[in-house]
Amino acid sequence: MGKCTFKGGVHPFDGKEYSKDKPIKELFPDEGEMVFPLSQHIGAPAVPVVAKGDYVLAGQLIAEAGGFISANIHSSVSGTVKAIEPRTLATGGKCNSIIIENDGEYKEVEYVSKKLEELSRDEIRERIKAAGVVGMGGAGFPTNVKLTPKNPEQIDYIIVNGAECEPYLTSDYRRMLEESDKLVMGLKVALALFDHAKGIIGIEDNKPEAIEEMRRKVADEPNIEVKELKTKYPQGGERCLIYATTGRSINSSMLPADAGCIVHNVDTIFSIYMAVIEGKSLTKRIITVTGDGVKNPGNFYVWLGTNYRQLLEAAGGAVGEPQKYISGGPMMGFSMYSLDVPVVKGSSSLLVFQDDIVSKIESSACIRCGRCGEGCPSNLLPAKLAGFAAKNDEAGFVKFDGMECVMCGSCSFVCPAKRPLTQQIKAMRSIVLANRRKK
Amino acid sequence: MSELFNVSSNPHVRSKVTTQAIMRDVLIALAPACIFGIYNFGMDACIRLLIGVVTCVATEAIYQYFMHQKITIMDFSAAVTGLLIAMNIPSTLNVGYEIIGCIFAILIVKQLFGGLGQNFMNPALAARCFLLIAFTGPMTNFVTDAYSGATPLAVLKPGAEPAQATSLLDLFIGNHAGVIGETSIICLLIGAVYLLVKKIISWRIPVCYIATFAVLIFLLAPGHQFEAEYLLKELCAGGLVLGAFFMATDYVTSPITPMGKIVFGVILGILTFIFRMYGGSAEGVSYAIIFSNLLVPLIERVTVPKSFGKKKPEKEAK
Repeated sequence: MGKCTFKGGVHPFDGKEYSKDKPIKELFPDEGEMVFPLSQHIGAPAVPVVAKGDYVLAGQLIAEAGGFISANIHSSVSGTVKAIEPRTLATGGKCNSIIIENDGEYKEVEYVSKKLEELSRDEIRERIKAAGVVGMGGAGFPTNVKLTPKNPEQIDYIIVNGAECEPYLTSDYRRMLEESDKLVMGLKVALALFDHAKGIIGIEDNKPEAIEEMRRKVADEPNIEVKELKTKYPQGGERCLIYATTGRSINSSMLPADAGCIVHNVDTIFSIYMAVIEGKSLTKRIITVTGDGVKNPGNFYVWLGTNYRQLLEAAGGAVGEPQKYISGGPMMGFSMYSLDVPVVKGSSSLLVFQDDIVSKIESSACIRCGRCGEGCPSNLLPAKLAGFAAKNDEAGFVKFDGMECVMCGSCSFVCPAKRPLTQQIKAMRSIVLANRRKK
Repeated sequence: MSELFNVSSNPHVRSKVTTQAIMRDVLIALAPACIFGIYNFGMDACIRLLIGVVTCVATEAIYQYFMHQKITIMDFSAAVTGLLIAMNIPSTLNVGYEIIGCIFAILIVKQLFGGLGQNFMNPALAARCFLLIAFTGPMTNFVTDAYSGATPLAVLKPGAEPAQATSLLDLFIGNHAGVIGETSIICLLIGAVYLLVKKIISWRIPVCYIATFAVLIFLLAPGHQFEAEYLLKELCAGGLVLGAFFMATDYVTSPITPMGKIVFGVILGILTFIFRMYGGSAEGVSYAIIFSNLLVPLIERVTVPKSFGKKKPEKEAK
């Protein structure tokens, strides 16, 4: 069988060597404050259900979904609510957050574990919703909403995104190696929600150990298949992954469910397992701390709300004076001006670079080589779109399908003239979206 | 807050390929043909290659210096232009004419239109055509110590005087009269393979160009229809290979869209066929390319690629 892939894409240096062989280590938070932003997901912010001075247990609900597309938030530690106030996030903005003083005792609420057979579909969805599970690849779409499509009978595939196409990140890889049983169970929970859905686990071929491990675990599952993907960025992008594994294609105006697919990140599937089977809400996640700017790169099981500074300490601290700190992968992550931010549901990594190559780059004239178009997974012409953006030509930008951009960064990455194409296109997209809202 | 770290928009890593590296690869790819040109035509060729590069680079630097622009000669694009101009002139051409051609290419065609990336026509070929029109005699004088008389392409021209034909092997190796860089097909192909392997150029333009031209010659060449040997000689003689792999593929003056590259190649093939078979001179590649350069914006307009997943996606479903 050929390896599954898509058209376009680029091949950045993958940098996974730093941390791929480091087993997941539990990282207990320091005593002190833990920060829980009310917006860790797409949609309405959660609404606090605790007040200053309240004592909360680990796993206790502290804010509940503020709408249909929203998610519950739970405390990861036991302690006292110190304040509810705006705090800076990794993305640079501020968000109202619940601050809890960790008492270091980790007194937990009681969890009710269940067997899959005992649960009805509604109960499964209810448990996922109650646990505050959201997409943990970064976007943070509430998982129960994703698992409640308009046309449940038309869902043919649930795709587990194990591509981990972002360079440097190894958290999904370690999860697949170390907790494959729970992942398979999590996928079975999701599959139980649909009449005839099949499970696909897509893994890039630079992770042969993970492919082998998952294949071994699904050998007796006729309904689940592991598919080997070609290693190429952005193989793990939702649209690319759906196309690579099923041959179906969607555009910006469609949901994966319109093509009969639902895509979940590896860690999300794990959280589904934890929520439905063990009854535990989403309070921890795996984070890769890596890059040439940390002493001992590794993968950590982190309590949500932990400060990023602690992540850096856990990895042995910085090497020299790193210039760049990135939350997420190098292609789509956010560079941070401060490490004083909390781990949230969508934080996948802390990437530290000694050298900030981007700040030294001088962009030169476009030579029209077309590499940006060849690398674009959406088959656009980024050089042209950036031209429209520079001229603030909204009509041209939309006509050339600028709104189909997935902002993966491939065009900026490959550009030999080092032009900031992604940045220009992203900015123009925001302008177009803002103007649409005004109308 | 004690410190502020650098921030920037994603992506935070960049590919190692730069404009300079691309142009350097083009220079490397042109080297075999240049070396053969020197072997074939002697020191005259060597001097003209050097003058071409030096004049173009100097023109660009001087222009940018006086216009208070950033001097961009280190991107090597001017060096590529200079080398190509020299490869496209006979080794006997007066050096003064060559310098005029180089200044025309860089100053008029490239810089006055906005510099790298903005020229609407391949500067090297524009210079060649300028020289051909202005100094027709010297530009078509291929008599050297080694060779006398007409180029193989002129001999192949329908209606030409019968003359001693060059063997196919000599055409392929390059032992015949012509401009400095076009004669050795084998050397040009070595360079072309290098560019293709390094993914500097795509197969689309050269393959479509040569294939279209070959089909037309085979089916329609006046007096030589269905003659395989004539076809091969037409492919090897003149500037077709040099033009197809190194000049039609110039990024700036060829379509950016994949489909556009195919259309561009086909148009080049048709024009070269017409110019070579029915035109006034034996050669038609240069005119075909600079003429097609003018069509690029139109070609791009009608070949915008369909974005991923656009329209009726259910059709693509299994």
